[in-house]
Amino acid sequence: MAERYSSFQSGGRMWLLQRITAVFLLVVLAFHFFLLHFVHHADEVSFLASSARMESLSYYSLMILFLVTATFHGVNGVYNALVNQGLTGTKRTVIKWTLVAASVVLIAQGIRTANAWAGIGLY
Amino acid sequence: MSQSYNRGLIEDFARWREFEAGMWAWIFHKFTGWVLIGYLFTHIAVLSTGIPAAGASEAAIAAGNDVYTQTIVSLEGLLLVRLLEVGLLAVAVFHMLNGTRLLLTDLGIGLDAQDKSFYASLILTGAITVASVPTFIAGAF
Repeated sequence: MAERYSSFQSGGRMWLLQRITAVFLLVVLAFHFFLLHFVHHADEVSFLASSARMESLSYYSLMILFLVTATFHGVNGVYNALVNQGLTGTKRTVIKWTLVAASVVLIAQGIRTANAWAGIGLY
Repeated sequence: MSQSYNRGLIEDFARWREFEAGMWAWIFHKFTGWVLIGYLFTHIAVLSTGIPAAGASEAAIAAGNDVYTQTIVSLEGLLLVRLLEVGLLAVAVFHMLNGTRLLLTDLGIGLDAQDKSFYASLILTGAITVASVPTFIAGAF
């Protein structure tokens, strides 16, 4: 049997989620860069253009899913990095919940922004 | 049951001479990951100017005089921001290519060529970044 080199716990749900979000982000991040830098250009950005894109339900839902998966993948990555550095005990619990709170704020703010563009009243 | 070993801190500076390709890949992946999550928070903060902008008059929005359009146009007018965006692209492309390499490694694919695939990730990152420079700095001058 092959020796395992990964420092992540085998069989963990977070381990699997980190990889599932990675596959999703590979595709959507490439799409995001391509659409907003190569199809449209950085110096052509306007509220009207952002709004027009976000008014499409498929684009809106893709961007919300992008925000949620990117936040999870990034924040879970930071948490894993800190645990690998030897973070344990109370500090680990405090940092974990601080990261959860930061994620909630980031996702809420992202959704408010998307709603503002999409013309949804909730922002 | 997992077992932990005291391997010392990878970040101890003097240890870099001992590193092989796999360790550099691990360090670069971690560094680019920190940059990307830091950027995500900054990105949402800047885009949040869309919230007050939504309350602007239709005429102001049509003329691009809302706070969101003005903020983005001002930022994109700075050469420094454009160069940072090229850096962000390099960081994102490396993280994506090396991440693909890690996903394949986790599936047991390409274990024998893990050093070669790291070098390929670096070269491809460089090539994609250089090829994207004209697009990223267009209109900045």
